[in-house]
Amino acid sequence: MTHFHTARRTAAGLVRALSLAAGLLAAVSSAALAVDTTPGPDSDKQFLPIASFRVGPYAGAGVQIWAGRIDYYRYLNEVEGGINGVKIVWQECETEWTAEKGIECYERFKHGLNGAPVAVYLPNGAPAAYALTDRAAEDKLALITLAYGRTEATDGRVFPYIFPVMLTFYSEASVFINYVAQREGGLDKLKGKKIATVYHDSAYGRETLEPLALLAKTYGFENIQIPVPDPGNEQSSQWRQVREAKPDWVFLRTWGVSTPVAIKTAARFGVPVDHIVGDVWASSEEDVLPAGEAAKGYLALTPYPGGTGFDIHQRLKKYIVDTGKSDLRDTSKFGSVYYNSGLVDAVITTEVVRTAQQKFGNRPITGEEGQWALEHLRLDNARLKENGFYGLVQQVQLTPADHEGGGAARVQQWDGTKWTPVSDWVQADRALLRPLIDAKSDAYAKEKGITPRDLGAEQ
Amino acid sequence: MNLFLETLIGGLLAGTMYSLVAIGFVLIYKASGVFNFAQGSILLFAALTFVTLLEKGLPFVAALAVTIAILILGAIVIERTVLRPLANRSPMTLFMATLGLSYVVEGAAQGIMGAQVHALDLGIEDVPIFLGDVLISQFDLVAATTAVALALILALLFNNTRIGISLRAVADDTRAALSVGINLNRIWQIVWAVAGIVGLVAGMLWGARQGIQFSLSLVVLKALPVLIIGGFTSIGGAIAGGLIVGAAENLAETYVGPYIGGGITPWFPYFLAIAFLYIRPAGLFGERALERV
Repeated sequence: MTHFHTARRTAAGLVRALSLAAGLLAAVSSAALAVDTTPGPDSDKQFLPIASFRVGPYAGAGVQIWAGRIDYYRYLNEVEGGINGVKIVWQECETEWTAEKGIECYERFKHGLNGAPVAVYLPNGAPAAYALTDRAAEDKLALITLAYGRTEATDGRVFPYIFPVMLTFYSEASVFINYVAQREGGLDKLKGKKIATVYHDSAYGRETLEPLALLAKTYGFENIQIPVPDPGNEQSSQWRQVREAKPDWVFLRTWGVSTPVAIKTAARFGVPVDHIVGDVWASSEEDVLPAGEAAKGYLALTPYPGGTGFDIHQRLKKYIVDTGKSDLRDTSKFGSVYYNSGLVDAVITTEVVRTAQQKFGNRPITGEEGQWALEHLRLDNARLKENGFYGLVQQVQLTPADHEGGGAARVQQWDGTKWTPVSDWVQADRALLRPLIDAKSDAYAKEKGITPRDLGAEQ
Repeated sequence: MNLFLETLIGGLLAGTMYSLVAIGFVLIYKASGVFNFAQGSILLFAALTFVTLLEKGLPFVAALAVTIAILILGAIVIERTVLRPLANRSPMTLFMATLGLSYVVEGAAQGIMGAQVHALDLGIEDVPIFLGDVLISQFDLVAATTAVALALILALLFNNTRIGISLRAVADDTRAALSVGINLNRIWQIVWAVAGIVGLVAGMLWGARQGIQFSLSLVVLKALPVLIIGGFTSIGGAIAGGLIVGAAENLAETYVGPYIGGGITPWFPYFLAIAFLYIRPAGLFGERALERV
């Protein structure tokens, strides 16, 4: 018995010693990596990693997004000489849109590439973005989650390293209601209207329940919520409920296969398609093409409308697409919603580098400098006209307290072959929603034991 | 009452779409006792091949014929390279082989034909027909007719042809079938080819509704409860199981869903399947396994 206890104590001691040694080794190596200043052949360049998904169920969207991003980086390097003379290097890492591979890619890229530092990191997928929330703060590397991810990360006091730039799901809900108000003749006309939301029954889909409840209470419309379970390839019972409710407008917050099925099923149940407004993840060509004729007239809001009528497209066509340098294998996708979303990701990233360069000098930017630049990013119409993104990108101004900085979207309509913008930028009522966001971020801080930043003291 | 009738009829018709997928599993399970994990990938590959050929400008019938030829060739390759080397291994080994095969088939589909979403227009209008106040989908009616016709053709094939009788012999007792000179390899090739063609029909109908894209392989998730309820070895059972699942999930979503937050269709068929496992483990039409001890 005594021998047994002694052996167990010895074993436990050995395990503790090994754990301690492993912990020390990990700490030393991670500290060494965190301050990895080893100059490499590319230390004069800016590394902008691409966590891509070119295989798997979302590859159809992915190949267009990465093409948009790479084409813009290539244009900057070859035509404008980089970002203020600093050339961009990029490398892809396949995530298959999964959290575990997304984390692997982040770990591979967070220290840069051949001496070129990383300024900001785009996880390109909600699973990886959620999984990286704590790591990014530890590594002091800002994550950009453009039009997805945690809405409460708008609050920079609690989430200093997460940036849901331009459009959160809360703002998206408000944009939709404001667009409906525009169509109905004013916010006062919403009283008594029936507005149904058919949503993907997931964290993404449920994200707008709270803001829509507040908006319904504020403006007096009837708020009908109908969930569609994943994957959503059979929706008769949901659209039968919509038909029974006879709503004036439908907000479609689906994604993937559930969008074309929703549009087709809506048509079958006689719900007018020109009174269905898709959200940002139900607004691409891939969402409407499979629905065929049923999708003609379908509306969708988006922070990156489709089309090639923007100045940047003329530049890219001349220098990249027509010269055979585009990453697009199928150039008919030039100007698609997903391609344009890649352009928007790219311009936000490169404008962050420019903003940082204004403070730190025209050299490659590190993660901490990138975070500072994001909190001071300002894209006004003058700058958007200069870089060719006027009309494709909304005006954005971020601050340490506001990591969204925009909150607008345009509404586009599908005519059977292409999207056409049918509204200017529709602004969300962000002031109305902000108390909800602050309550969520405070709850998160409490749960995680985070002491919110004192922004007043920082200034 | 109208809502109940409409939900019930709509559910029954939608259920036949699930049956179409389930039949592909039944065929292979009957002939080899293996649950073919790759059936979803084969369904996707078949539908993607068909739509790609259509987009290349082939007429409908030619595209269909070429796709079927490719599926037959694929069945021969699978039998030669995957099944034959694993003959006489445990069903679990074969199951794992089909798991690997699903990745190979899906990867090949994406590598050869790309990852884009394709629209498929079969010329069947997805417009409602009204019987009084009850709305019925024309598309669902065509799909249901196709499923029933396919089940009848397969029943005729199994009962009235030499190949069919050989298939049944293999399904009943593989060793006895071998001892009377039935070529097991040829039977497997035929069964996999027929399962591929059934997958093509299911893929075309599902693809016409939701577009042909990689998530098409997920429609097989609906087949599992159908198989548990109907039985793994009966085509009639697959039809009955599909009808039960379709009707039950639609009625449950309409009448129970609103009280528990909605969105219950993914798990309700599995709940029903578990209930069936308690009452009738072999399914409604499945064969009860008897073992001498």
